[in-house]
Amino acid sequence: MAAPAPQQEGFHDCRDAWARTLEDLAARDPRIVAVVNDSVGSSKLGGFQKTFPERLVNVGIAEQNMVGVGAGLANGGKIPFVSAASCFLSGRALEQIKADIAYARFNVKLVGQSSGVAYGELGPTHHSIEDFAWLRPLDAITVIAPADAWETEQAVRWAAAHDGPVYIRLSRMPVPDLTVKDRVFRPGKAEMVLAGSDLTLIACGTTVHLAAQAAATLRAEGISVRLLNMATLNPLDEEALAAAASQTGAIVTVEEAHIRGGLGGAVAEFTAGHHPVPVERLGFPGFVVTGSVNFLFEHYGITPHGIIAAARRALARKQ
Amino acid sequence: MLKNNTVQTIRDKALWMRRRAFTMVHDAQLGHPGGDFSAIDIIATLYFGVMHYDPTKPGLENRDRFIMSKGHATGALYTALCAAGYYPEEWLDTYMQPNSKLNGHPNRTYLPGVETNTGPLGHGMPVALGIAIAAQISGQDHRTFVLTGDGELQEGSNWEAAMTAGHRKLETLTLIVDRNRLQQGMGTEDTNGLDPLDEKFRAFGWEAVMVDGHDIGALLDVLAPARIGKGRPLCVIANTVKGKGVSFMENKASWHHGVPNAEQYRIALEELV
Ligand SMILES: Cc1ncc(C[n+]2csc(CCOP(=O)(O)OP(=O)(O)O)c2C)c(N)n1
Ligand SMILES: [Mg+2]
Repeated sequence: MAAPAPQQEGFHDCRDAWARTLEDLAARDPRIVAVVNDSVGSSKLGGFQKTFPERLVNVGIAEQNMVGVGAGLANGGKIPFVSAASCFLSGRALEQIKADIAYARFNVKLVGQSSGVAYGELGPTHHSIEDFAWLRPLDAITVIAPADAWETEQAVRWAAAHDGPVYIRLSRMPVPDLTVKDRVFRPGKAEMVLAGSDLTLIACGTTVHLAAQAAATLRAEGISVRLLNMATLNPLDEEALAAAASQTGAIVTVEEAHIRGGLGGAVAEFTAGHHPVPVERLGFPGFVVTGSVNFLFEHYGITPHGIIAAARRALARKQ
Repeated sequence: MLKNNTVQTIRDKALWMRRRAFTMVHDAQLGHPGGDFSAIDIIATLYFGVMHYDPTKPGLENRDRFIMSKGHATGALYTALCAAGYYPEEWLDTYMQPNSKLNGHPNRTYLPGVETNTGPLGHGMPVALGIAIAAQISGQDHRTFVLTGDGELQEGSNWEAAMTAGHRKLETLTLIVDRNRLQQGMGTEDTNGLDPLDEKFRAFGWEAVMVDGHDIGALLDVLAPARIGKGRPLCVIANTVKGKGVSFMENKASWHHGVPNAEQYRIALEELV
């Protein structure tokens, strides 16, 4: 598959935190099982498989079956973590997710690996930029895109303890740890990474650290930038959004997802109805051209530079 | 005599395809060489010994169709289409490079000769079925070939299509299964077993035959027009070796998407002669 991004100091592939945490949880709770589609390696579940061979269900290359089996396992009293490349998990098995997981409210944890455009050169069939738009309207499902390894661990722990369906969207791209003081994981709540009053940047998952870089540049110019890590897309933290709109008056969203229907869409829906302010959205416009993940981020402007430009547009519209 | 010549031509093309595909994978440091190499003899036989097509007219109405359902094996597909004359060899040098038409999975809007986009497994069979039904409706006699992986057959969509094809007695439809017995992580039979595969297809109303998927002469025989016309779609289970042709790659799951370093590349090219 796609070549791993060069390992930078202090950067982590969140799949390691996911796998480590699941193994730890499974050692404490015999109800925890993993369900995969020939995806043991890409889900980093080799260790889990060794330690708990009887609790790893590999249905083969069969995602609809996989998600249905997850619902059945939940019916049977298990806590299934269904883990697969997020493109196939969310796309191929969408109706199973809708009917068997969301509508039937089974206690299934869906873990989408290598989401967004992480698969780079493998192309749009293997990208997962539509998953937010597909899953966000499924009310019962809590949708979480952790920004770093710490948040990944917290999300997995919370999901295991929470009685209800959860979608955790992970990447394979290494990301740095965020620096936030006295950090607590609060599902459904935006995390204030930086306080500010001129403009709010809202990001999730792999784009939070890019937004933090953009914020540093803007703040050096004297612009008071607020940065929200909106890890939970559903339910949306409307309180934080209302505050961002009324207190800063301009918003930029940035996500490794389709420009329509994801984080930006959610923010625009809310602000349009409650606090109309300029909203600039950054994301991918649709099926992308061929190229590596780094090339695609550059090509479509999902970079600190692109975020700064969007911030200037939002500020200009505010006047 | 004529057949011997054909066999030799196909062997030469297959050898060129293996060398060229491995160079592409080496240069891109990306790809699926194991599945390329199990499929190359089959695809070379189709393009250079069985199918009717005109690379200058990719949209020719009554052309035989080939659907590469195991879309990850682009090293095999792209070299075949190039050798068949659909585009110049320079295009192969752009494999997976920025803005290339040669994406990691085939896109029909980028490349002539690609009949449909594949990559997610289990998509080729229903599309091939639709093509065969269209031919049936319009009274065309062209054939439709679809190549799937064996692990791929774990996807239910294949069996939905197989049921319809059997029901409609679509004798112009030919499925070839690249039966290399490995999927991404490990063996098919250790994951979600498929055997007895031929009996499954027979139960779905298909004619099913087994063949050595690296024996060009045998492939030519089972894929010849004489084999169809029995009122049933044809399933050819081609027993293959994943990574066929390079000693250190053969039958190794790690070469599903493994890529060679300089030394491995050198050894492979020495062996591929
Ligand atoms: C729907 C879907 N699920 C998962 C994958 C990931 N994947 C790519 S290739 C592969 C293994 C395919 O095995 P097989 O069909 O036997 O192909 P071959 O051995 O010929 O390479 C998997 C699981 C995919 N491409 N599509
Ligand atoms: Mg196989």
